[in-house]
Formats: sequence, C-alpha cells, structure tokens
Amino acid sequence: MMSAPTKTMNMIEAINSAMDVMLARDSNVVVMGEDVGYFGGVFRATAGLQKKHGKTRVFDTPINECGIIGVAVGMGAYGLRPVPEIQFADYIYPGLDQLVSEAARIRYRSANDFVCPMTVRTPFGGGIFGGQTHSQSPESIMTHICGVKTVIPSNPYDAKGLLIAAIEDNDPVVFLEPKRIYNGPFSGYYDRPVEPWSKHAASAVPEDYYRIELGKAATVREGEAVTVLAYGTMVHVAKTVIEELNIDAEIIDLRTLLPLDIEAIEASVKKTGRCLIIHEATRTSGFGAELAALVQERCFYHLEAPVERVTGFDTPYPHSLEWAYFPGPVRIATALTKILKD
Amino acid sequence: MPETPRRSASNLPPLSLHIPEPRYRPGDTPDFGDIEVPAIDATPRPGEASKPDAMRELCYGLVRVLDFDGQAKGPWDPKLAPELLRSMLRMMLLVRAFDDRMFRAQRQGKTSFYMKCTGEEATSVASTMALDRADMVFPSYRQQGILITREYPLIQMMNQIYSNRGDHLLGRQLPIMYSAPEHGFFSVSGNLATQYPQAVGWAMASASKGDSRIATVWCGEGSSAEGDFHSALTFAAVYNAPVIFNVVNNQWAISSFSGFAGGERTTFAARAVGYGIAGLRVDGNDPLAVYSATQWAADRARTNNGPTLIEHFTYRAEGHSTSDDPSAYRAAQEYAAWPFGDPVLRLREHLVKLGEWDDARHQALQKELDDLVKTTQKQSEKLGVLGHGMHQPFETMFEDVFEEMPWHLKEQCAQMLAEQEAKFGPDWKPE
Repeated sequence: MMSAPTKTMNMIEAINSAMDVMLARDSNVVVMGEDVGYFGGVFRATAGLQKKHGKTRVFDTPINECGIIGVAVGMGAYGLRPVPEIQFADYIYPGLDQLVSEAARIRYRSANDFVCPMTVRTPFGGGIFGGQTHSQSPESIMTHICGVKTVIPSNPYDAKGLLIAAIEDNDPVVFLEPKRIYNGPFSGYYDRPVEPWSKHAASAVPEDYYRIELGKAATVREGEAVTVLAYGTMVHVAKTVIEELNIDAEIIDLRTLLPLDIEAIEASVKKTGRCLIIHEATRTSGFGAELAALVQERCFYHLEAPVERVTGFDTPYPHSLEWAYFPGPVRIATALTKILKD
Repeated sequence: MPETPRRSASNLPPLSLHIPEPRYRPGDTPDFGDIEVPAIDATPRPGEASKPDAMRELCYGLVRVLDFDGQAKGPWDPKLAPELLRSMLRMMLLVRAFDDRMFRAQRQGKTSFYMKCTGEEATSVASTMALDRADMVFPSYRQQGILITREYPLIQMMNQIYSNRGDHLLGRQLPIMYSAPEHGFFSVSGNLATQYPQAVGWAMASASKGDSRIATVWCGEGSSAEGDFHSALTFAAVYNAPVIFNVVNNQWAISSFSGFAGGERTTFAARAVGYGIAGLRVDGNDPLAVYSATQWAADRARTNNGPTLIEHFTYRAEGHSTSDDPSAYRAAQEYAAWPFGDPVLRLREHLVKLGEWDDARHQALQKELDDLVKTTQKQSEKLGVLGHGMHQPFETMFEDVFEEMPWHLKEQCAQMLAEQEAKFGPDWKPE
C-alpha cells in the first residue's frame, strides 16, 4: 500500500484528497456545507473540489444544520452518498434530531428498506482560541446514539484512509476532525513553535485510493509500563509527555470510537496492568467513562492500579483561560506519576 | 453618556402576554359562520410557470371546484373522467372502512395504537392520484390514504399495525409507521416534520441526477411550527427543488388548536410568501380541488419551476389517535358545524349529479369494501396480534442497527438470549 506514489500532505490536504478521490470514483458522492463550494471551506478542506467536480457535486448550503443533515438523509434515501460538512462540531446541535432520530435509525426502523450512507465531517476540539462555540468535543454524544459510527483520525495518513472508508460505509458516520492538528501535530506546549506535518512519517500519503478499516485502533508506541488510550490531538500530547518522562508506555490511538477496537484495548491493558485514558472533552459522561468501565469489566484482575482519566474540565470551553482548561502535559504527567507509583 | 429620552413607564399600560385560546371548548355550540368561503370562480388558476410573487393572493384565497350541490365548476376543475372519479371514491371509502376496523381492533386490545384520518381522506387520496406512481412521498403519520391509493396490500398494513409475524418491519415501529419503498412511500417517523428536509434532499438528488421524478411531503399545521419545516422551505427555495409541501390544516394538533402554530395571524399557505415560493390554499374536503392543486404543483415542479406549498384546509373529525379523547378539549359539534362538509359525501354527490353513481351502487361498493377489509383482517390476525405471543425472533432486536453487527451488540444479544432462557427454562429455544 505504501509503495503507491505518495505526497507529503497535512491533515487538511489528506482530507481534501479523500473527498477528491471519492468524488471521482463514485458519481453518487456529493459534498455540501456552509462555505464548502467556491471558497473551499473555512479550513480549506474542500478547496478546489467544486472547480474540479462541478457545482452539483460540491456546493454551499444555507446556514442551517438541521437542513444540511435532513437533506442529506433524503439524498441517501434517493441513492446518493452525501458527505455534509458541519463547519464546527459546536454547530451540530441544531441538526441533532435529524442525526439521532433519522439518520441513525432509518435502517433499523425500516428493516433495511432505507439506509443512510452519510458521512458528516466536522472539525472539533480546542487549542485554537475558539472560545466555547468553536472548541467543543461532542464525541460522546455521538457514541451514545445507537446507529452512528464515530471516527477520529490523528494524522494525515489515517485521515484519508479512514475518511474513504467512512464515505464507502453504508451506515452514517460522524467523522470528527481534530482541528488543532490540521496543520501539524501538537505537543501540548502551546508556547512552542508548531511542528509541520512534513516532519512526521504519517504525512506521506498515497495520492490514490486506499482505506483504513473502521473499528481498528493503531498502536502508536509499544510499551510495557502503562496503556494510554487516546484519540485525535491527545495522541500527540500523550506521546510528547511520555517521551519527556521516559516512560515505557503503550499508546493506543483508538481511531474509531464506535465500533470500538476492544480487542486491542484488552490485549494492551492485560499486558501492562495499568491504564490511562485521555480526552479533551468534558469529564462527566465523557467517552473516558465508557472506556474506564470497559477496562474495569474486562481487565480487572490484571490491573495494578486504578484506571485514571485525564480530561477537560466540566465547564464550557473558556476563551482566555484555554490553556488552563486543556488537558496538557502537567495534567497528563501528574496522572502518569500517580498510576505508576504503586 | 446622556440618557436616551423615553416615555415614562408609568404612562404605559403594563405588558401582557397573549396565550391563544380556541373559540369553542366542550359544552359550547360552535358556529363557523365567519369562516370565509370564497366563490369558486374567485380563485384564478395561473399558469404552472407563474412567478410566485405574481400569485400571492392564492395563499389567502381558497382553491375550490365542487360547490355544495355537487357541481364541479371554475378554473380549477380538473375535468376528470367518471371512471377516475369512481376510483377516487372507492379509495376514500376503503380508507374509511380500513380506519374503522383498525380503530376497533385497537379497542379490542389487538394493538397498542391507531390513528384515523376521517374527514381528511381527500388530502391523501386525491393528492396521490394527481402524482406519478414513480414520484416519492414522504408522509406524516396520517397518510394511510397514500398507501391505499397506491394499492399497497392491506394485509401488509395490518401486519404492521399488529406487529405480527408478517410485519416486514419486524415489530420495531409503532403501529401505522409504515415503510413501503416499492410504493414510493418513505418510512414514517414518530418525530414530527423530520420528513420535510428529507423530501427536499430527495428532490435535490433527483434534480441533480437529471431524473424526472419529484418528491412530495406531508405534515400537519401543528408540526409546521417545527424548525425542520422552515429548514426545508429554505433549502427548497434556495435550490429550486422539485418538491410539493403539503400542510394538512385539520385545525387540531392533539388538543392544541391551530393558533398555537400561528394560525391566528395568517394562513399556513402564506408561509410560502416569505420564502418566495408558490403557495396554494385549498378546500381539503373537496377532492377535485385537492387533485387539481396537486396536479398544478406537480407540473410546476416537473418543469423546473420549483416547489409549491399547499395548505389543505380541513377538519380532523376524530381524535388525534386512540390515545386521546377529543371531547375533553373541543366542542362536540365542531365537525357537524364545519362549513366544508364531508369529502366522501361530496364526491359521491358529484358522481350522482353526473348520473354516474347511485345509492344502490354506493351501498354495494361499501359492502364490498367492508367485506374486503374484514376478510383481510382475519388473514392478518392468523399471523398474530400484538401482546399475544412473540412474533419475531429475539435476535431481530439487534439486527439492522448497523449493516454488520459490531461486537458490543453481539455481546448484548447473547445476554438477552440468556435472560430469556433464565425466564423460560432450560428447554427454551429462541424463535
């Protein structure tokens, strides 16, 4: 697979390439959303796609998330494979009824008469001074809906392969893009210069079609001392801290939250006997709670220490105090020290 | 900063909040004498390609064809052949016969829920007859008339209502939430007006593929207050989508009268004005007017002239569903006092006036349809009724959440089967 011609891409370019490939391969794929057409999206994820594939394949929509998702459900019923963009994950709530009660349920309630092969792309997460309406991480709202798959890539190579698999999937997928790492992996140190993706191995992205199966985690780093479960931006922050502390941690990048790769989690925690869960989203009822419960249910007799969670706080995402909110190196290091103490 | 001069608050009457109230409540004697019934020829029929801003008055008028003596008149007369009119009458009578039997079945404890459409048969039946069979419909929950008109097997409807072994939806949906893709009928949702933007999406897809099929969608005046309704009209207007929006204004949303959806201030057809799309207000108890308006809107959509909003002005003769008692919130005599009569009787009268129908034929037809429904009901009940035994294999609870069942659902399915075994003993086997 990696022998195919590759190009150095950042995450935006990889996501753009995935849509480009799928628009060319499947005439039923349509890309739509606020500002995605001529302008190419506020984050440039759809740049050039309208010019290349035409206005009826890639187009702007009204500022109306209920309409965007509802219309996509109808397009799916017709036989299209819509890829709507919600400009920020924080804006998805007006479309939530269409997602929860319609997209996620149509296959079940109609016993396969109708399906919804839709992929909702949306940038999420903070660390960009976006304030409370441009920084949220609503992934556990998505995983709590039965009938939607939830995917979160952490690098350009995965982003393209996972997005192609999501678009080809015959069920609705919410594809959450960690916008802090669109242009480069994030160490967690906001005061240090951003490293570009070009210095990272995962920026070598095949130009053509390839897919990464949904529901499979990736082991980012093998280790024996502790298992770190993370996704999106937090994979990179975790890696930085672990390297600084010189801890022999195993980092599992979940990549798909639902369906979850429970085998990879179980195997790793049984090996290390310790587990740290990291996410940027608020703590209470966050996806970390689900992970902690699963690890406890399945690996209890292998655990040497209580499962720890490092998360955002249960407050709205603050603007000026963003870095006090963000689960950065200090919070992660404290948890790792605690979990490794005994 | 100097203070902005303003009138002293003490010189103004206090603010007051308006809570709409229907004119008649239980015990009142309703009088609808003030409802304006425009003359049949007072509502012009513009060309299908007319600009919406040139035909705004249609949103405030009333498309009518049948007068109250059974004569078809005026510019909207679709001039249908007697054979088609008889077919329309047959379908409306069949809907009514079906509703009566299924309502009784619910009262007999054979199912959990039912919803009749008495008095509103024309809004579904006549409308569907004016569409092409290949056009897609996105119904609300009271459009059984569409399925019956498209000759969906009655037994399939009953099997769904009973959630029995023959229910192709596997007992997953509340009764009457049918799904029939081969009949161009989208899966009915229990969440209101969600079908509105979906119909627009389907219509946009059809247009973008250069297809010739259009979409139609229904909701009640009550659920036109949902955001989805307004999202849909915005998208349809923006993309000139080939879609017909039907608002069945039957005056009541469970116990809330149309005033709680904004009906005190303007017509529901007039919602079209703000969106710059065509709007028609139609006598929903006049099957020929409904047919004609739908035909006009379908021709308009099919020729790339865009969407139309049709308000069907009608009255919900029965309760919202088997779960409410309308005598608890509205005057008992409202339907009798309704100035637009009964759609079935009006069509019958029209056929009689044409010399194409008589009492003997009507009674024979009614008997034929009652017998058909009864016979079909017996066949359906052989496949089971709700609450008397399990009709679907237990595993079907976990199927179709996703195309392929992920591990966590497989685990939960195994747990559920173990629970059944614990309840029913070691010899128990899943169905």
